[in-house]
Amino acid sequence: MSERIAPTRTPAFEARLKKRYAAERRFKLAGLGAILFSVAVLAFLLITMTINGIGGFQRAEMNVAIDFTEAGLSGDQTTLSQIGAVQVLEAQGLPATVEYFAEQQLGEAGGAEISTSAWRQVADEIIDDPSILQREETFSLPASPDLAAGLSGEGSDEMKALAAQLSAQGKLETKLDLGFLERADATDPQEVGIWGALKGSMLTMIVTLLLAFPIGVMAALYLEEYAPKNRWTDVIEVSINNLAAVPSIIFGLLGLAVFLWLFPNMRSAPLIGGMTLALMTMPVIVISGRNAIKAVPPSIRDGALAIGASKVQVVFHHVLPLALPGILTGTIIGMARALGETAPLLMIGMRAFVATPPDGFTSPATVLPVQIFLWSDEIDRGFVERTSAAIIVLLVFLLLMNGLAIYLRNRFEKKW
Amino acid sequence: MVTVVHPNLEKTDAKMSAREVSVYYGDKKAIDEVSIDIPTKYVTAFIGPSGCGKSTFLRTLNRMNDTIPSARVEGSITLDGEDVYRSKMDVVQLRARVGMVFQKPNPFPKSIYDNIAYGPKIHGLASGKTELDEVVEKSLRRAGLWNEVKDRLEDSGTALSGGQQQRLCIARAIAVDPEVILMDEPCSALDPIATAKIEELIDELNGSYAIVIVTHSMQQAARVSQRTAFFHLGKMVEYGRTSDIFTNPLEERTKDYITGRYG
Repeated sequence: MSERIAPTRTPAFEARLKKRYAAERRFKLAGLGAILFSVAVLAFLLITMTINGIGGFQRAEMNVAIDFTEAGLSGDQTTLSQIGAVQVLEAQGLPATVEYFAEQQLGEAGGAEISTSAWRQVADEIIDDPSILQREETFSLPASPDLAAGLSGEGSDEMKALAAQLSAQGKLETKLDLGFLERADATDPQEVGIWGALKGSMLTMIVTLLLAFPIGVMAALYLEEYAPKNRWTDVIEVSINNLAAVPSIIFGLLGLAVFLWLFPNMRSAPLIGGMTLALMTMPVIVISGRNAIKAVPPSIRDGALAIGASKVQVVFHHVLPLALPGILTGTIIGMARALGETAPLLMIGMRAFVATPPDGFTSPATVLPVQIFLWSDEIDRGFVERTSAAIIVLLVFLLLMNGLAIYLRNRFEKKW
Repeated sequence: MVTVVHPNLEKTDAKMSAREVSVYYGDKKAIDEVSIDIPTKYVTAFIGPSGCGKSTFLRTLNRMNDTIPSARVEGSITLDGEDVYRSKMDVVQLRARVGMVFQKPNPFPKSIYDNIAYGPKIHGLASGKTELDEVVEKSLRRAGLWNEVKDRLEDSGTALSGGQQQRLCIARAIAVDPEVILMDEPCSALDPIATAKIEELIDELNGSYAIVIVTHSMQQAARVSQRTAFFHLGKMVEYGRTSDIFTNPLEERTKDYITGRYG
């Protein structure tokens, strides 16, 4: 009679064991590969954006000294603090003055390549400090897009030569342009800024959050805690899930058909944009909110009910605080999607050319992704770098928003 | 009459009375015409095999079954003569008067202090911080937990050991000063030492509150209760003084269960 060998000690078992370990190693390697690939793609994206975008925060500027004692412009604190001061200065011949001094100092060819709206920058500085009119002052004024292209080694040979000559004389140089963060859209890439779109995005996001968050959370709470489980709630659940998957441009059409029909004077307004994006964000918040509420252990509800808490007290004292981290996670995802959304906003007119930053929820505005889309469509070479710079601003905004939400989530996180 | 009541069970004041109570989950009858008086001054134990309906019956006493949509109750249950299931009955008030402790300790994920203070706060039983402090200390002392937690009242209730958590839950129930405390297998998730402490606590609370305990352990029923009801398949088979039930069961099924033939 042969001795019995335990089935776990046969060679066949050992071979199977080896295969199991090999499968585990393959799986680990595949996972690691996936992570490395994503990190590489992300790094490539960020590095290209940064390299291209840095140029967007700079522009070619020329130094022009203007002696206002010879220019014969007049104005004091009171006249210049009124609305229309820019027009007053224009009527007194400020553009011609700027042109004259530019030609004097930069030569005829160089003076002609001062940006056509450079005098507006001079006017702004005069309005800020009227005492400039009594003395000589040196301004750093933007060059024309053609000359800027020449300086970066592109454009016509003529401009390249002029740019080389002027920069050799120290009259033309590339300077950090923080004004990019303060100005709004313009036709001249040297004059554009992102503040208009950034402010538009902020206002739109505020409207979206104020609408989508409370409505989404209340809907989720009602559906989970109060609504009877029957065919109607099933239909509502399916509808909400479908709503989350509807292409965003459809929401834009809805905004166009409903909101702009209700408020016809608010085309391009952040209020309408925010309402449209709120429709899109709400289902995401409802779905994640319901999952978070479902994850709150029933024993907590029982415990509170058993000492005589009413249903509302159970919901607001126990369920909602415990579900909040999960709800916030869903809100981050929804808001991040809304921030990057372009298509529905095109439908409600937020692709208009808006040269002044919006001063409220109802004034015309555009938002960052739409601004990026518009600039990427421009022919002028100078817009390429500005577009990358706008993308950097969008990504930084997104990071700050998500960072805040993650901070809030971790603060509310509790263990049970 | 389906229930056999021991003949030498003397009449006592009934805190709660159930008369021909049946409970349905959808079409399924989980409790079949149970009638019982819960005495004011004693501990009553419900024993029986798993699925016999003892927990279901316990949850009808403070209407915790209301949270299950398909559950339906017939018959009458009274608390001090008032019908618990009448439409005017305020469920919030009922549950403040009839507290409950669950099988698995379920402290709120809040501080120990807030766990106890929550009930008095929502019912407005304490005015001001000092009074609330007193209620918290008194409840924790009664639950025999004060000496263990007095220096860490701000720690989370969920950081305590299982036995401490269950005593915290009992303290939480006591804090609203109920008249009846229902305990649904309060020791089934605890080790023997923690169980002994809870049993000791039940002994101490006996007399101050009408206590009903559901238990799987016949030894526990014998140790802590003065009245025992034996449930089987949704019916209450036998009811009497604990000593009578354990030494002199009248029904064959009761005898089989307590001698360990099944269950």
